[in-house]
Amino acid sequence: MSRTARKLLLKIAFYVLVIFIIIYAVFPFYWAINSSLKSGTALFSADFLPPDPAWDNYAAVFRGQPFALNILNSVYVSTVTVVVSLFLAVTAAYALGRIRFRGRGLLLMVVLGVSMFPQIAVLSGLYEIMRAIGLYETLYSLMISYMIFTLPFTVWILTTFMRELPKELEEAAIVDGATPWQTITKVFMPLMGPALATTGLLAFIGAWNEFLFALTFVGGDSELMTIPVAITNFSGASEFESPWGDIMAASVIVTVPLIVLVLIFQRKIVSGLTAGAVKG
Amino acid sequence: MVADVAVPRQHGASKLTRQRTRSAWIFIAPMLIVLALVAGYPLLSTMYYSLTDRLLIADHDTQFIGFSNYLYYGPDLDNYDEEFDGYFVDLIEQDAFLIYRDDGNFYDLDNVDPDTGDLALYEGEVSTSDVFEWHGVLVDSLWWRSVWNTVTFSVISVGLEIIIGMFVALVLNANLPGRAVIRAAVLIPWAIPTIVSAQMWSWMLNDQYGVINEILLSWGWIDARLAFTADRLLSLPSVIAVDVWKTTPFMALLILAALQLLPGEVYEAAKVDGVHPVRQFFKITLPLIRPALMVAVIFRSLDALRIFDLIYVLTPGSRDSMSMSIWARQNLIDFQNVGYGSALSTSLFLIIACFTAVYLVLGRVSFDQER
Amino acid sequence: MATVKLENVTKSFGELQIIKGVDLDINDNEFVVFVGPSGCGKSTLLRLIAGLEDITSGDLSIDGAVVNDLPPSERGIAMVFQSYALYPHMTVYENMAFGLKLAKESRESVEGKVREAARILQLEHLLDRKPKEMSGGQRQRVAIGRAIVRNPKVFLFDEPLSNLDAALRVQMRIEIAKLHHDLDATMVYVTHDQVEAMTLADKIVVLHGGIVEQVGSPLELYHHPRNQFVAGFIGSPKMNFIETAVTAVDGDGVSVSLPGGENIKVPVDGSDVQVGDKVTYGVRPEHMIEVGDADAHIDGEVFVVERLGGDTYAYVRAEGADMITVQTSGDSHVGVGDKLKIGVSAVTSHLFKSDGAALKLNARNPMADARKGGMLDTAPGPKADPH
Repeated sequence: MSRTARKLLLKIAFYVLVIFIIIYAVFPFYWAINSSLKSGTALFSADFLPPDPAWDNYAAVFRGQPFALNILNSVYVSTVTVVVSLFLAVTAAYALGRIRFRGRGLLLMVVLGVSMFPQIAVLSGLYEIMRAIGLYETLYSLMISYMIFTLPFTVWILTTFMRELPKELEEAAIVDGATPWQTITKVFMPLMGPALATTGLLAFIGAWNEFLFALTFVGGDSELMTIPVAITNFSGASEFESPWGDIMAASVIVTVPLIVLVLIFQRKIVSGLTAGAVKG
Repeated sequence: MVADVAVPRQHGASKLTRQRTRSAWIFIAPMLIVLALVAGYPLLSTMYYSLTDRLLIADHDTQFIGFSNYLYYGPDLDNYDEEFDGYFVDLIEQDAFLIYRDDGNFYDLDNVDPDTGDLALYEGEVSTSDVFEWHGVLVDSLWWRSVWNTVTFSVISVGLEIIIGMFVALVLNANLPGRAVIRAAVLIPWAIPTIVSAQMWSWMLNDQYGVINEILLSWGWIDARLAFTADRLLSLPSVIAVDVWKTTPFMALLILAALQLLPGEVYEAAKVDGVHPVRQFFKITLPLIRPALMVAVIFRSLDALRIFDLIYVLTPGSRDSMSMSIWARQNLIDFQNVGYGSALSTSLFLIIACFTAVYLVLGRVSFDQER
Repeated sequence: MATVKLENVTKSFGELQIIKGVDLDINDNEFVVFVGPSGCGKSTLLRLIAGLEDITSGDLSIDGAVVNDLPPSERGIAMVFQSYALYPHMTVYENMAFGLKLAKESRESVEGKVREAARILQLEHLLDRKPKEMSGGQRQRVAIGRAIVRNPKVFLFDEPLSNLDAALRVQMRIEIAKLHHDLDATMVYVTHDQVEAMTLADKIVVLHGGIVEQVGSPLELYHHPRNQFVAGFIGSPKMNFIETAVTAVDGDGVSVSLPGGENIKVPVDGSDVQVGDKVTYGVRPEHMIEVGDADAHIDGEVFVVERLGGDTYAYVRAEGADMITVQTSGDSHVGVGDKLKIGVSAVTSHLFKSDGAALKLNARNPMADARKGGMLDTAPGPKADPH
């Protein structure tokens, strides 16, 4: 085979691979959209385009259960969790990232360890605590328990971002007479806007997706459920038949905003993820 | 000059250092307190509950029972009889029903002592090996099955994620037109919440109307529709497939980031030396991104070892794909057995802790690098 | 008045001792330059004075008061960083005002000081700019301005010019010299560039491996290096060193043999050496002279020629010496392969014992004690009012 022919063949194989990757990544989501637009028996056909697109399933999502409320619950819980985490994490990240003191390495290990915690390991403890202080079956129980993963995560990522700020900038502030608190608020915070946004977004996604605590703490009350619990709880006409059209419609509803956010922030998200991992 | 031995003055940390160290602890304190409350205290209580016979039922008195939840030789603790304050034992060979009490004696259920009005001691010979058994997490076949499932799942899915993720990362790293589109497409599975992707896939894998069955049938790869999520042999592979789909993007992005940090000169030098691309990958690329890969692997492995939501939704109730977290939660919440469920949770925690420790030591991963 | 005094100052990072006991007096209004190869501890020493690092042992006094335990902002110092370290989100005005605002000065006072500094540095038209909208030289000036507004007793410069390109570096060097003259302030300046050190300093401190090798005026270091390290470090191209041995010692000097067999009698104090001792003979490339005026000769062969226009450097291989650098005029016709007879003069020669210490020259070079070049007092330009 001639050199150019072989090159061409390689190129074709490469693009086939690329197309395969794209289809593999996108098809399930496409299929969810496709199914969500099929109503009635069309749902059970394997047509690759809805023969008669309709919004019936979308309407049914909000009729069958308090799904709007579920969305609000998720937004409320995730927002509060992220804001509190960021607030606590910024100062901690400054200390861990920029101040040398004994025990820092150990603290970083603890933070990383907690973020890697199997959540089931604290479930029974948290469950009893929530019942004892009367927060069981309230959204506060979620805000508190979500701290277990959002807080270490934000601390860890912000610590790596903090370390990347030039050392001389902080020394200039010290020579100018700034206290550590002033250094954070007047010098570092204004520079960390993008980092805070990225970290906040990633933590938000984590809280938004959480299932185990939500299922356990508010799984019994459809008005308190967050989206993931609500979506697993959709009931159809009969007990043995899942309302797949509704489920797909709900899936599309909660996924589209996330995909849009992720695509807008994709560069920043990649940098955030790698700040947490690659440079570990 | 007067001979005077000058002793250099030793100083402790200066005011600046002391001020900064103090600030560091003040800044860290709120985070530590919150972590102690939401992670430390619940973890310790879980560990404590694992040493008790606590139940979710409100009026049950919790008792400290040591390590009995983990390993215990004796009567079945589920057969506790409140009326007779002991454990019911069916001695089949001698056709007798007995009560075993904490004093270590067997009492005859059919024989009441006239003096005390209580059950009388059983007069026959009881061989404990006939009535006692080993109980607890360590001999719980369902627990070990869930361990096996979880480890199999973790090893295979993380392995596949690395391989596929590497391919995707190499494609993304190649300078081809439309790279942004591919990267955006690859990010979509990552952006979809796990529960949602589990639902999407359980619809696609549906045994009657699922599109996967439809496609495989039309291609002639299978003769009859498969029950992917319910079949004994297919449920775990199904879970693995969905997890790989969902988390490979994360892996690919991490590897891509590592690839992009590699110095271009190395590749130019290799090109000048005429190194074959495949050899170049194994001899240059792989060793250089190994540290990043190690970190990505541990992150993903720890994530995989605690898997709950995907399995809970995709294959509900299946024992063939049950993970450690699922079995622990089932005991904890569904069976309302806090003590035993906590023992399972603690075991899971210890397994993960050991795995992490071994990995950190072997991988020599350091977390306090000054850069 | 601002003097700085270091007494037996050491600094260790864990087991590693970076500064191994430094004694130093810096006088009022003096321009002191710390110079040395990378890793010699010069930046660490500056940071100890600034208070950015803790002193492990010893005392640091500013204006007679021990300041070991004072934080940087209370030491009366100001620092100009290598990377400028301007706050990127603040304008030039805010950058300069930041420290004053933190010290809770009144708005009028802040405004007055910032405007005055901006005037001195010709930054008035840039006050509303952000750092990223300015050139390197302008940023450097803002960094200096931020130091000036603090009205410090001591200015500290940490390699402030190393991020600038060559042309700008010369210009800023001149501006710093002028600023020192105008402000009449004590300045401590760290650099690895010996041209900066020679041109700016009243007093050079040569550091090597955490110890002070020599302190003195630029020309004192040039003409009377105390040891082989300083001799090699100060001067460009580097001084030539030739391993040799003592052939004779008397009251007028020490004779050594040169490559090619000739002897030269160097007028140094020979009370420390004996015939047969191994010594190193040193002579600077620019002190190679015409054969006729020379006290001795070295024969060699040219193997590389570098023509810089004004000067020509010829690299010569001689018997017993791998490489001897000879500086000649730009119009010299010397070429590769030429046999060269190099003339050396006794008065510009140096001798070093095997431990590196220099043998003391009998006569002191008149230039060694000359006043610093500096600038006319009548030079035009504003004079900053310290208050």
